[in-house]
Amino acid sequence: MKSVERYLLPVLTAMVLIALWHLAVIATGTNIFPSPAAVAKGIFHLAEKSLLWSYIGDSIMRVVFGYGAAVILGIPLGILLGWYPALGRLVNPVIQMLRPISPLAWMPLAVIWFGVSNVAPIFLIFLASLFPLLVAAMDGVRNVPPMFLQAGRNFGLSVPQLMRRVVFPAILPRLLVGLRIAFGIAWLVLVAAEMIAVDSGLGYLIIDSRNAGKRYDLVVGGMLLIGIIGLAFDTMFRRAERLARAE
Amino acid sequence: MKVRFSNINHHFGSTRVLDRIDLDVKEGEFVCILGPSGCGKSTLLNIVGGFVKPSEGEVRIDDEPVTGPDPRRIFVFQERGVFPWLDVEQNISFGLFKLPEGEQRRRIDHYVQMVGLKGFEHAYPRELSGGMKQRLEVARALAVNPDVLYLDEPFGALDSITRLQMRRELLRIWEAERKTILFVTHDIEESVQLADRVVVMSQRPARIQKIVPIDIPHPRDLSDPRYIALRDSIFGEIGLAHQV
Ligand SMILES: Nc1ncnc2c1ncn2[C@@H]1O[C@H](COP(=O)(O)OP(=O)(O)OP(=O)(O)O)[C@@H](O)[C@H]1O
Ligand SMILES: [Mg+2]
Repeated sequence: MKSVERYLLPVLTAMVLIALWHLAVIATGTNIFPSPAAVAKGIFHLAEKSLLWSYIGDSIMRVVFGYGAAVILGIPLGILLGWYPALGRLVNPVIQMLRPISPLAWMPLAVIWFGVSNVAPIFLIFLASLFPLLVAAMDGVRNVPPMFLQAGRNFGLSVPQLMRRVVFPAILPRLLVGLRIAFGIAWLVLVAAEMIAVDSGLGYLIIDSRNAGKRYDLVVGGMLLIGIIGLAFDTMFRRAERLARAE
Repeated sequence: MKVRFSNINHHFGSTRVLDRIDLDVKEGEFVCILGPSGCGKSTLLNIVGGFVKPSEGEVRIDDEPVTGPDPRRIFVFQERGVFPWLDVEQNISFGLFKLPEGEQRRRIDHYVQMVGLKGFEHAYPRELSGGMKQRLEVARALAVNPDVLYLDEPFGALDSITRLQMRRELLRIWEAERKTILFVTHDIEESVQLADRVVVMSQRPARIQKIVPIDIPHPRDLSDPRYIALRDSIFGEIGLAHQV
């Protein structure tokens, strides 16, 4: 019963939505918005030419680099800022000021600095994921219950040991939430960045399909792919969170 | 392990908390520190534990000044101190990282048994009751074989039945291992049931108001006239008539 609810119901919902979509296209007689069959056909056509796979590959590669850099830099930096409150107070105003600026606002600068290349979207994704990670790590460390630290020191742990055996596991659940949220933002930013700064990827697929021949079947197909891949990643993160909590 | 507080004064900002505390604790002695809420008991325990530096005065243990926390002397919090990301065995072995594998194993088994957590070796704290978590924390402390235990209202969050059981367990462990114990509480009955001596503190800034030796052998009979007399003398000392 449970697995029926978990897998069958979403599939059923998707099928109903696709049917409604199909009916709506017929009923309105639109010749702009494509039918589900047209979208599927367009996507299969692209997949055959292997262009689709290289677009998906490019998009994922950009996210991996930008997001990866943010993880590698943001988490240790956040832990450091949380651990040394004076340093945190010094840097926090800057973080809080930069944080509300949409990463997309950096786009003109990114294009000037890095040109039309992979680096521009990677940079934007890096920025987009950096702040949520930084803040999650910093707040996490600040909110480690003092008696955990006290107990760690009481048992004779050095500072690096304390970090590894107490601080890191204590903030891990929060960090995982931060990682998931940051990824969500990175994925949103990716698509926008690819519409402007490069000539490959899923975002580019959407904008190019419209500009070159008004292929709305591919526009909608690209949107669906972005949604599906984003959902797949989100599910992975949720799994990891659940595992960390259940261990 | 002999603990000596000499002339401890402490203040947080302009709040004076401790007022000239002098106290000697003998090796193997069980001392309860009893006082009203907010008087400075936890502060005193944090000072002897090496977590807070006193504004004035010093604590010496076997003639060595206390300068920081030390694995020979373990602080036990209410059960909230166990690590939620470690299971029972991993919590107990937390402080054993300098010992060889075999010795770790031996101690884990010994203390799992001693605090009655057999069958729960691989349970995580969230799967344990409050009393079990408290016993786990005591086991984690005992496993490193400390000379002194500091307990800050360790049973305060437990229901009254579990609390009585925990006191009995702690006494059993103390009699088996003869640690020196400093036990903070604001429960008069608890202090008279457990301690060799009860140190009664005043309101803040806390002075030592009186030290009451409890000369009743364990196990103590709670209807023994001597028990009742000592208990009532402490009630009187704190300025409470023993009536509700
Ligand atoms: N880190 C701190 N900074 C400032 N004031 C503090 C700090 N810790 C304790 N105090 C103050 O010192 C006084 C004594 O606190 P303490 O925690 O030692 O009391 P206590 O006797 O343990 O009380 P309780 O029985 O409620 O636990 C209180 O007035 C408290 O507000
Ligand atoms: Mg206290």
